[in-house]
Amino acid sequence: MSENTKNVNAAEIAAKYKKKSQTADIFRRLAKNKTAMIGLIVVILLLILALSADLLFDFEIDITKQNISDRLQAPSSDHIFGTDEMGRDIFKRVCYGAKYSLLISFVAATISLAIGLVFGAIAGYYGGWADMIIMRFMDVLLAIPGTLLAIAIVASLGTSIPNLIIALSVSGIPGFSRIVRSSVLTVRDAEYIEAAKAIGANDRIIIFGHVLPNGMAPLIVQSTLRIASVILTTAGLSFLGLGVPAPHPEWGAMLSNARSYIRDYSYMALFPGLAIMTTILCLNLLGDGLRDALDPRLK
Amino acid sequence: MSDKKYAVEINDLAVEFRTDDGIVKALNGLDLKIEEGKTLGLVGETGAGKTTTGLAILRLVPSPPGVIVGGSIKLNGEDIFSKTEHEMQALRGKAVSMIFQDPMTSLNPVMTVEEQIAEVIELHEDVNHKGAIEKAKEMLEMVGIPGERGTEYPHQFSGGMKQRVVIAIALACSPSLLIADEPTTALDVTIQAQVLEMMKELKVKYNTSMLMITHDLGIVAEICDTVSVIYGGRVVEHGSLDDVFNNTRHPYTEGLFRSLPNLDNRSEKLKPIKGLMPDPTNLPEGCTFYPRCDYAMEICKTVKPKKVYRNDEHYVECHLYDENNVKVGGLIGK
Repeated sequence: MSENTKNVNAAEIAAKYKKKSQTADIFRRLAKNKTAMIGLIVVILLLILALSADLLFDFEIDITKQNISDRLQAPSSDHIFGTDEMGRDIFKRVCYGAKYSLLISFVAATISLAIGLVFGAIAGYYGGWADMIIMRFMDVLLAIPGTLLAIAIVASLGTSIPNLIIALSVSGIPGFSRIVRSSVLTVRDAEYIEAAKAIGANDRIIIFGHVLPNGMAPLIVQSTLRIASVILTTAGLSFLGLGVPAPHPEWGAMLSNARSYIRDYSYMALFPGLAIMTTILCLNLLGDGLRDALDPRLK
Repeated sequence: MSDKKYAVEINDLAVEFRTDDGIVKALNGLDLKIEEGKTLGLVGETGAGKTTTGLAILRLVPSPPGVIVGGSIKLNGEDIFSKTEHEMQALRGKAVSMIFQDPMTSLNPVMTVEEQIAEVIELHEDVNHKGAIEKAKEMLEMVGIPGERGTEYPHQFSGGMKQRVVIAIALACSPSLLIADEPTTALDVTIQAQVLEMMKELKVKYNTSMLMITHDLGIVAEICDTVSVIYGGRVVEHGSLDDVFNNTRHPYTEGLFRSLPNLDNRSEKLKPIKGLMPDPTNLPEGCTFYPRCDYAMEICKTVKPKKVYRNDEHYVECHLYDENNVKVGGLIGK
């Protein structure tokens, strides 16, 4: 029996001193949230699909090759999502389309984050004139609705994927800068920042080593939500003919294309629409879950 | 006396905070000297300017609204006001470091403790990251924390252990001056004793001078060699531990002692100093203490008292004394 107690004690002590990093802690809390986990799993699957799209499908044969004899077929065992007006398999096109939607949105959101991080950190940390100038400029950008701004930029630069990414990045910068600025403001006057100054750290080390890592939580959440909104804007722009040019199977472009057939062949619009909806829903579920997991008050 | 070497010399330091509600005079001609290897206790009430003094030595008085309007601070004989910000960064943590009041908030919550100790080592010493982590673990062992716990985060430590980590950070580059801003206020009494004992040992080991900012006279008696009593941004009485504790001269210092309970006579009532600290935006014209002083005279209202020396070290700023009567025992009028 004493042997037994000893084991229990050892296990207890091991559990007590088990090293937990904050990342592991956050993931553990995220894992408790079932809907967020569903979101995370679907997003990861979609990412894998997007990254391996060129390995799974041949762009020429599977995606763009016309096959008039198979045109406008309803979903069946041959074509589980049916075929479009040129006989192309909608399932393959939707899968391949993940590449455009996800990659464009991840890249655009990352660029917005990086630029917003720098501007927001400068504005929040230094305050005064720097803050004034940067934030008023961001206000100007915010005054124009995001989609309208993106339309204006794409229309003036020309329709192409890089221009689309530029347009979507620019319209995301003000949102990120404001969030970074406000989280920098809450951290800036903490005693550990003063302590960092007292050991001789320069501004660069303080901002990137101490201030930003402590203000990361709202940014992670904003990033997932921003990705979702970029997907929607991309689809919207493609629908208007300003996004990804044909014949690339972007989801918004496919929707736009299906518009004229919606009365008789509604499945053509249904599947790309479902793809957009599922992706955005899952990103939002993940974002909400992350927000809860990162909030220390809910520990 | 002149061949003594001082770790820090502050002369006539004046610091103001210029706010919308008026100018707060935090320090008004503060003088302070710490001999190499010695510990000075800076004692005073909340708002007397203790922390501002500590921050001024690091040139970290928050600006705006803080402005250093006059005086000089010499660190190991060098004037710090003539240095550039870059030169100051090289001094902070290397020549002077500071232990902050609250260990709960003075550690970065998202960095492991060894990373935080290694940071100061990397900033000031020519080592790579691995070498710095190695040294950080040694520092942890020295303050009594097992080195392998270095990979943990501050929230996994107790208050006393966090303060040990803060001390390890402060001593990592063996500074010549350590500013301890109420290092034990946030800790419970048993841990206080441990931390103080450890600071005492480490101070001897590294031959570090120390500025101990506190309002606890017990800590002063325990750890300090000399004592400065600060009131309204000025040192009103300064001397060795024996001078100030056994030959108290200033009515304010006396008031501080009378506010402490006496173990031998527990039925005796405490005699707190009446009134509050003067409003720092509107300090009295003469002696800053006269509105609360039991011995106040007409002259106290208008004329600032000068330093009267009892011996080489011990001086008092009070109109009750002149060269003739300051050496006579006891507080006059007692």
